[in-house]
Amino acid sequence: MVVKTTVPNLFERSCPGANSGAFTAAPAGPAPAELLGKDADLLSDVPPPLPDLGELEVVRHYTHLARRNYSIDGEFYPLGSCTMKYNPRINEWAAAREELANLHPLAPPAAAQGALRLMYELRCYLQEISGLAEVSLVPAAGAHGELTALKTIVGYYRARGEKRTQVLTPDSSHGTNPASCTVCGRSALPVKSRPDGTIDLDDLAAKVTAETAALMITNPNTLGLFEKNIQAAAKILHDHSAQLYLDGANMNAILGIARPGDFGADAMHFNLHKTFSTPHGGGGPGAGPVAVAAHLAPFLPVPQVVEKDGRYALDFDRPHSVGMMRSFAGQFGVLVRAWCYIRALGPAGLKRASETAVLNANYLAAALRELLPLPYDSGCMHEFVLSAQRHGASDRGLAGKIAKRLLDYGMHAPTVYFPLIVPEALMIEPTETESLATLDEFIAAMRAILQELQADPTALDHAPHHLPVARVDEVAAARNPVLKWTD
Amino acid sequence: MSAPTDRRYSQTHEWCKLEGEQAVMGLTQFAVDQLTDITFIELPAVGAKVKAGQPMGLVESVKAANDLYSPISGEVVGTNAAAVETPSLLNSDPYKAGWLVRIKPSQKAELDSLLDAAAYDKLCEQ
Repeated sequence: MVVKTTVPNLFERSCPGANSGAFTAAPAGPAPAELLGKDADLLSDVPPPLPDLGELEVVRHYTHLARRNYSIDGEFYPLGSCTMKYNPRINEWAAAREELANLHPLAPPAAAQGALRLMYELRCYLQEISGLAEVSLVPAAGAHGELTALKTIVGYYRARGEKRTQVLTPDSSHGTNPASCTVCGRSALPVKSRPDGTIDLDDLAAKVTAETAALMITNPNTLGLFEKNIQAAAKILHDHSAQLYLDGANMNAILGIARPGDFGADAMHFNLHKTFSTPHGGGGPGAGPVAVAAHLAPFLPVPQVVEKDGRYALDFDRPHSVGMMRSFAGQFGVLVRAWCYIRALGPAGLKRASETAVLNANYLAAALRELLPLPYDSGCMHEFVLSAQRHGASDRGLAGKIAKRLLDYGMHAPTVYFPLIVPEALMIEPTETESLATLDEFIAAMRAILQELQADPTALDHAPHHLPVARVDEVAAARNPVLKWTD
Repeated sequence: MSAPTDRRYSQTHEWCKLEGEQAVMGLTQFAVDQLTDITFIELPAVGAKVKAGQPMGLVESVKAANDLYSPISGEVVGTNAAAVETPSLLNSDPYKAGWLVRIKPSQKAELDSLLDAAAYDKLCEQ
């Protein structure tokens, strides 16, 4: 196959008249001006500037782009913190069913009982998994879930006549945590990690005040370590009437094993695209349901899907609610896939998925720690963080080089340079859906790359060698972004 | 690498140097090295009141986005437009051409509580 390095876009391929004659007949029914009535002057006199291409040209264009796409269906994807697990085909079958896919979001509840039942059941499953009182399916993504939960917490304090301006986040936290605080009008204050990579309780205790609304913590944390002292952290917060917020990014390690509600969390979000096998598709659509304890429940967004005497409805009548966080009741297609996943695996299957995810990560960690330092080496959960800084400053940039070279081996790179507290970080998360053979191939690739480096310290400098694009100039792209394809 | 001895340093890797009645501040070589190629800088407006240890701006690199903390309290009297226009100045010359903010200190004594070059070098070694 010839790989073209640059692909002209559809506008550049456009040839006036190429598609002429394909669809010339005007559609039956009233003319647009007639439909618009008094607003007819809104109609444009000029046709929209769409490209003009034959059907085959369009098919080839998208097929070509699709071939260059890298996806979990094609190759291994150990992107730490992202939980790139397989998206089962049965989820797609369910979500594409006409009765679900073509349902109008404004359909009257009486005509959408099946869909509402599915949403209500998913709500109950997530409540059970979280160990918390009530779940809202509304949020559109993980970070939106964070914001929704923070707004819910702010609503709770407002009802108590408190403002609470600060939110604490560990120094290993996802960047979205402090960002969500800022968007919610609160300031984020970092809490230190201990040398073993878990949260420093002394620093936490020193920083919690009457102004603290919550601590946002990921457990297992971004180093892949379970925060053993999470209950003690919860107590410190609760003693100040502050909330423990659990970032559910790493729930894939603890399904059916530990419940956030049981270890002291007051609120959390789920990433359905991570934990519940819905696609990480092109930046969306996503879903980030939020679970909260009973005292926060009245403040959750509307609408809430409810059940009464076997009938399902959307409840907008929640006087303490923070209101609507987005249009309609949630990203329904994604909710269908997550429901399907939970029903397919069942409680025992979900637990086994987590156990296997942890086993796979530990298998890789045990082999790879022979090749590169593993700074936080106390037994990982579903992921772990290697450091490519073996010999100090001379290894500067090595994590990035290893990542680029892995692409030549037909594997996606791990997450690099995150978390920030590990120099030259390589964050690896295999997930439970990878076979032993694939894990061994990854270990072999890492070993081969480090042997190349040993034989020639410059060996990785220009990798990847077998991809359509080798190195992009990230600095130039950030300093002088070109945001249009043409002037 | 040792830090210039003609100025003081904050725990958050800013340098601060008194020039007459005004203080000039910027990021240290260590900070710049950690950030790698700097791509974007946001500085406070002239006239803004800043407080020691409080964020007053933003520095972004391809690797991270970091708050810029004011080493001292006072009023902003000037900012380095050249550095905003060409952020690579911070990478090439952090102690001179890559200066960031000029501040009229409200309490000059605050400068004395900052680290001297030797203490700052020690901080960077940790």
